[in-house]
Amino acid sequence: MGLHAFLLLASALFAIGLYGVLSQQSIVMLMMGLELMINGLIVAGGAFWYHVAPADADGQVLVLVAVTVMALEMAMGFAVVTAIFRARDVDMTDDAADLKG
Amino acid sequence: MTLQVIAFWALAVASVASGMAVFIVDSMARATFALLASLLSVGLAFLLIDLEYLGVLVILMMVMEMLIMAVFMIMYMMNPAGLMPMKMVHNDRAAMVIAAGVFVLLALGAFVTPWPRRRGRPPADVTGALGLSIMGPKMLVMMVIGVAILATMISTVVLATHRGRYDRYGDALEARRPVDPGGGRLAVRDDRDRHGEDRYGDHPGGAQQPHPDHGPGPSSPGHGHDPSHGHGH
Repeated sequence: MGLHAFLLLASALFAIGLYGVLSQQSIVMLMMGLELMINGLIVAGGAFWYHVAPADADGQVLVLVAVTVMALEMAMGFAVVTAIFRARDVDMTDDAADLKG
Repeated sequence: MTLQVIAFWALAVASVASGMAVFIVDSMARATFALLASLLSVGLAFLLIDLEYLGVLVILMMVMEMLIMAVFMIMYMMNPAGLMPMKMVHNDRAAMVIAAGVFVLLALGAFVTPWPRRRGRPPADVTGALGLSIMGPKMLVMMVIGVAILATMISTVVLATHRGRYDRYGDALEARRPVDPGGGRLAVRDDRDRHGEDRYGDHPGGAQQPHPDHGPGPSSPGHGHDPSHGHGH
């Protein structure tokens, strides 16, 4: 289980999450995809710490930031979904296309 | 092949499989628990590379996070708990092609890139090193995380609040009578107490007049997701 194995796992999780983000219609399911993508980042960060520079704590700090971002992303996402659902009864991405270019 | 390698590959397969299950199962609640399984496998894999604290942190945090998430998922669930097949996707084929392409690119990059050689060894006390780091040279990271968490708490409450003081008293906060279900009797009575005069008595019909925004009378508090009651109109 060298660095390559961990990065392979990270790429797989990131790609699955990306599929979910691109394909899901429900906003909450889209957020599940985002969580999976950040999950992949966490794996990569931990693996880089252990396999490249284990003497410093930089990699660990990076993982700590990614885990926090994951929790904050979920909280903000659900707040936005609740707000838009209250205002317009919308919980699908296709109905919330106001900013579509 | 050591036991550790076997454990890693088992956890990796479990993580990827449950990650796929998130978008396959029919119920959003089940999808949440599939995501939890994926995150737990990652947390356990961290235990294999000396990241005891971060591994346990991921496990504990994600158990709580996914349990809260399950409540929201059930709130926004479309069909009765997976009794009907759920496939709500748009542009499925393109998304799959893009995701597969990104996976191939990332995996190729992981194997082709000449990663630097390992420098140093993990300290004896990995957790202690992290603690000293975020309380010392990486203090700024910790402070920014703290402020970000505070900002998130405030903005989530603001976003998710149904009606705040600006909805009740107007954008300049100067409405005499708050826009409340039931005509704002309680707040007016407070006002009278403060000024020592019976302003409430001047408007005997106040409580009976339904507010234009709030339907027929005082039965409105606590209503759920009726868009006609939302603010911002």
